[in-house]
Amino acid sequence: MIKTPEKIELFTADGVPLKLSLARVQRRSKMVAFLMVSPLLLFMVFAFLVPIADMLLLSVDNSIVERILPKTVKSIKYWDPHDDKLPDEAVFAAMVEDIKKAKKAREHTKIGTRLNYESSGFASLFRKAGRKVKKINEPPYKKALIKSDKRWGDIQTWRVIKQFSSGYTGGYYLAAFDLKRDFADGSVSSLPEEDSIYLKLFLRTILLSTTITFLTLIIGFPLSYMLAKVPTRISNILIIFVLLPFWTSLLVRTTSWIALLQQEGVINDFLILVGIINEDGRLAMIHNATGTVVAMTHILLPFMILPLFSVMKTIPKSYVRAAISLGAHPWIAFWKIYFPNTAPGIGAGSILVFILAIGYYITPALVGGSSGTFISNRIAYHMSSSLNWGLGSAIGVILLLFVVLLFLLYDKIVGINNMKLG
Amino acid sequence: MSKLPPYFSLPERIWHYTFWAICFLVLFFLIFPLFVIIPLSFNAVPYFTFTKEMLAFDPEGYSLAWYQEFFNSLNWQGAVKNSFIIAFFATIISTFLGTVAALGLSREHMPYRTLIMSLLISPMIVPLIISAAGMYFFYSRIGLQGTHLGVILAHAALGTPFVVITVTATLSGFDNDLIRASQSLGASPTTTFFKVIVPLITPGVISGALFAFVTSFDEVVVVLFVGSYKQRTIPWQMFSGIREQISPTILSAATLLILITIALLTTIELLRRRTEKIRGVTPS
Repeated sequence: MIKTPEKIELFTADGVPLKLSLARVQRRSKMVAFLMVSPLLLFMVFAFLVPIADMLLLSVDNSIVERILPKTVKSIKYWDPHDDKLPDEAVFAAMVEDIKKAKKAREHTKIGTRLNYESSGFASLFRKAGRKVKKINEPPYKKALIKSDKRWGDIQTWRVIKQFSSGYTGGYYLAAFDLKRDFADGSVSSLPEEDSIYLKLFLRTILLSTTITFLTLIIGFPLSYMLAKVPTRISNILIIFVLLPFWTSLLVRTTSWIALLQQEGVINDFLILVGIINEDGRLAMIHNATGTVVAMTHILLPFMILPLFSVMKTIPKSYVRAAISLGAHPWIAFWKIYFPNTAPGIGAGSILVFILAIGYYITPALVGGSSGTFISNRIAYHMSSSLNWGLGSAIGVILLLFVVLLFLLYDKIVGINNMKLG
Repeated sequence: MSKLPPYFSLPERIWHYTFWAICFLVLFFLIFPLFVIIPLSFNAVPYFTFTKEMLAFDPEGYSLAWYQEFFNSLNWQGAVKNSFIIAFFATIISTFLGTVAALGLSREHMPYRTLIMSLLISPMIVPLIISAAGMYFFYSRIGLQGTHLGVILAHAALGTPFVVITVTATLSGFDNDLIRASQSLGASPTTTFFKVIVPLITPGVISGALFAFVTSFDEVVVVLFVGSYKQRTIPWQMFSGIREQISPTILSAATLLILITIALLTTIELLRRRTEKIRGVTPS
């Protein structure tokens, strides 16, 4: 080990130790850098990250039950759902009072809708209770409530309310995985085959995305190879054929596929004109999985070609030449020397296309029909049609986790700092 | 197409031509769907396919009716106006914030650079439907849903990653000696910034801004949820047009968008050449 001369302290011109002064400058420099980034960081937190976090919360949020039925939630704590007995009078009294208050605020249907997601029948139960409850003014509340609707006398009803009386719930996630809870013993089991929607949809999304990724690779590879092989002068012109669709509006490209693929569309008319099919044999290429796969393969193809091309361009031509001059057949040289060198491009392109594909919404919504829609279409459905935001969020969170995992893989292969555009 | 070496055997020749044929088919697949729309938008009848008259190049088969409808319809007029307003303000926000942040990120002593970079570019990775869902829930809670401001903020968030990436890329090739030279020649930090840094990063900033503009201009998922009819943009109008009553007006809108794309692409290419030219004169 080399010994440095000890304790020779250096000072700046104004007598401050150099170390201290340097640290101070570095700290200031860090501050300045951070201050420059902070406006954007704050903006992103507000406009993007908080909404995402909000969605995470929504997927487990169950505060509505405690808000609308505060007294019931408090009193039902002391009831044991595994006892084969109905809750006592106090719980019924609390429920009647809560429903009266909710009815005044016109919120009794909201709680019905919420519990209906977990067990059907609750929507009508609370709607009816809202009408009947004003007549129940004196004890015994238990008897009166059961008289108004005998479902109040069913122990199952109370088990569901007890189960969902806490502020947070995993119920939406169970639903997103096609699972249901048995309220008697709290066990979780899968829904019967014919009722399961989401697992099938997740599976279909993954399956179709894989198909699309594979097709873009098969179609994109030869073209990228050709672009990397020809002189730059020519590849600069030919790359326009890749960049133009890449930059064209997604809606434009989807519209053109509708014009091409539909029953009265260009391809069907062409096939009839040349006599391959007849008028009755028009092919159904749209509003099904075929439509989604064809249109999305076209739309995502540039995302495969561009990374492949940029990797292939850097492979020295001398590698293959050396292999051939050493006696390898051109095919062997390609397969053993060239192809392994393209692996980073294949990896980057495939993950990129796959990540983009599994989250796609617009194209499947327009050309997918019922057999070609993705899980994202279900999220949209829960946001705008069924208004079951909790379930929509839960599906969204699952999809998001999946994408983040894939992205970490992409980061391992490519590195986000090497991300380039166009 | 390169000339074949004379020693190529017959199978090699056949393979060579097959390969080129495959490549041209792929190029055709890429470009044909875009160009098939252009003649279809001049269709005289409301079909999405070529009529007999069109194939016979009969002038009767063609008309400008759908363009007329595009320019006369209040729905489309509003959509064009909204598209430009929203994209314009979203671009300004994302270009300004993104450029300043990129300048900070490229400084020597930036703490937590990788973490912050990942946060800033996350809108590029998160699927649009998820961003749209989160923004829809949160913005409706704070009263931004269904307002121009809400859509502009959402689009600005989606556009900034592009600005951050392009400007950081421009700065990564930046020669810090130029700053030192300017300072040693007596320029103040402000003068150095405006006379040395700004001219050099401008091409990067402009192409980032173009990316941000196109992102907002093309975006439909977020505007469908965060916006409403009042905030309808061209893609919004096309989406609901395809869903409800399919009319060739959509094709004329699509044709106009393709022309805009070609113009944009040309601008970006020119900018890229300019950057390369500027890079060429700086010692590296």
